[in-house]
Amino acid sequence: MSRPPVVDLIDVTRSFTGPPEVQALKSINLRVEKQDYLSIVGPSGSGKSTMLNILGLLDRPSVGEYYLDGALTSLAGEAERAALRGGKIGFVFQAFHLMPHRSVLDNVLLATVYSGVPRADRERRARAALHRVHLDHRIDFLPGTLSGGERQRVAVARAVVASPQLLLADEPTGNLDATTSGEVMDLFEELNADGLTLIVITHDKAVADRAGRTISIADGRVSETT
Amino acid sequence: MKLRMPRRGRAERGPAPDEAVDRGGAPLIARADRFSAQDLIVEASFGIGARPTRLIMTTLGTVLGIASLVVTIGFAQTAAGQIASQFDAVAATQVVIEPGSANSLNGKERATGSLPWDAPDRVSRLAGVELAGLVSEVPLDAVTITAVPVNDPSEPPTLGPALMATSAGLLDAVRGQLVTGRYFDVGHDARSDRVAVLGSRAAERLGINRVDSQPSIFIGDSSYTVIGIIDEVERRPDLLDSVIVPLGTARADFGLASPDELQIQIALGAGTIVATQAPIALNPNAPENYEVQAPSPGSALRENVQADVNIVFLILGVLALLAGGLGIANVTMLSVMERVGEIGLRRALGATKRNIAHQFMVESVVIGLLGGLVGAALGVFAVVVVSVMQGWAPVVDPWLAIGSALLGAVVGLLAGVYPAVKASNIEPIIALRGSN
Repeated sequence: MSRPPVVDLIDVTRSFTGPPEVQALKSINLRVEKQDYLSIVGPSGSGKSTMLNILGLLDRPSVGEYYLDGALTSLAGEAERAALRGGKIGFVFQAFHLMPHRSVLDNVLLATVYSGVPRADRERRARAALHRVHLDHRIDFLPGTLSGGERQRVAVARAVVASPQLLLADEPTGNLDATTSGEVMDLFEELNADGLTLIVITHDKAVADRAGRTISIADGRVSETT
Repeated sequence: MKLRMPRRGRAERGPAPDEAVDRGGAPLIARADRFSAQDLIVEASFGIGARPTRLIMTTLGTVLGIASLVVTIGFAQTAAGQIASQFDAVAATQVVIEPGSANSLNGKERATGSLPWDAPDRVSRLAGVELAGLVSEVPLDAVTITAVPVNDPSEPPTLGPALMATSAGLLDAVRGQLVTGRYFDVGHDARSDRVAVLGSRAAERLGINRVDSQPSIFIGDSSYTVIGIIDEVERRPDLLDSVIVPLGTARADFGLASPDELQIQIALGAGTIVATQAPIALNPNAPENYEVQAPSPGSALRENVQADVNIVFLILGVLALLAGGLGIANVTMLSVMERVGEIGLRRALGATKRNIAHQFMVESVVIGLLGGLVGAALGVFAVVVVSVMQGWAPVVDPWLAIGSALLGAVVGLLAGVYPAVKASNIEPIIALRGSN
């Protein structure tokens, strides 16, 4: 049996109650295979955020099924979903969300705390992840002293330290200028080449074009533009 | 260059054994090291330590509340101990024996027994008795005591000082002090010498302040030589207003029938035994005919005073503590609001709601405990400093200090419940979309 797809959305609909009822996502079908590099584009209000929340197990579909790495997530309880988030998904955010009072290494270690990485292994893996994003020389710095691009690379290191199946990036270059967003995109390509599955949500055409696949959302429906 | 880096990174990650475990297929994640108690403590302590100034401000309310509680209770204990020890010094070492009395048929009170003249000798052989002395009031019918006999028929009669008769050892038994001269001794007593000792206030009234010139006073028409003046007696302060003569003199000159009272100074704790043995020593045939006042073994006085904790200050302390708790709740709530992004991030990284709630609870408990510890230390310190300045012995129950520090933790626990629930209900989606 071949490997199941990393992400498999089957007829996923997400509607928000309360007059008027809004369907943010309408009957979406999406398969993302291992080592895919997918970008999701769309204007604001198109359902990108809802898509991210569903994919990141931060929200549940109203209708439809979501298989993550072969496991049916609708059967999982809240605690199990948290465990899945910690173990199988890495997040990168537009606003970095680094903790300002803690060193770069500590920020990366935070992800290992919730994902069940054995304690003895944590620091070695955090250093390896920082090495992977080329930040060996910044390990003991505080995030405030780093440039925007470096901060986002710390966030990427944090996202990959627990060896996730899927990296979800939400507007990863939204707070960066052209040069530094180039750095981050290069890094994404390296990670993808290493076998990591990537989904990047963006409204930046240049960023979206770097991905192997691009789907666009408009009014809650996806269409693949290849 | 850029291409080589990832290859090295991959080589390093390649043999990691957990990767193989992860690919087992099932969405199972090792429970072992997933946010253990140790992680909880570490994360909470980072949360607390991130803002030291705020931490101090937050704990201040609890510090004040706990400190005022400790000070209130500590002072109540110290004061109780202080009062009890002042009473103890005299009350616990003094036994007074009087002849018993009974009401006769016509309603008059009559003595049912009498103290022997050698009562001090009889009781001084008992264990626990240190000093003993007899004292008796001598009735002065129409006789007055004066320093100079002046017969002025036009002057209305004045009331002179009272006349007392005592045994030679009484002064020590009531812990009196000589101002000048001497007290009479057994010889004066035996010979019925006409000597007198004056209480300090009686001496003032009689205009006598020195005895080296052997001044005389007149009791009625008889002259007595003043040989000493006494002051500051712990028992029978009426002696200070009296002229005191030896018992033998009182018997010979005034027909004193029997002594009134036996004052005994005892060793601490000998009260019960002296109270039972002394009447037997005084009159083996009828020991029940004496009334004995002796200190009770467990000091009821002490217990009474200790129970009388100042309730007003206690209420003030509780109010301060309440304010402290509200302060913690407030600041923890503020901290939750500020750290919405961090909470969302933790949820995205795999923290459950419970993990988040626990973290904020632990932070709040630790803040409360810190406040409790500092407050208890300050309170004990204040009690000790004030007591030392007042010359008291500070009394603080060690459980008071330990208990109040723990009470701070309880306050933190209660104060942390609401913010922790709030924090755990934060939607990660909204939190993460907000700016950092």
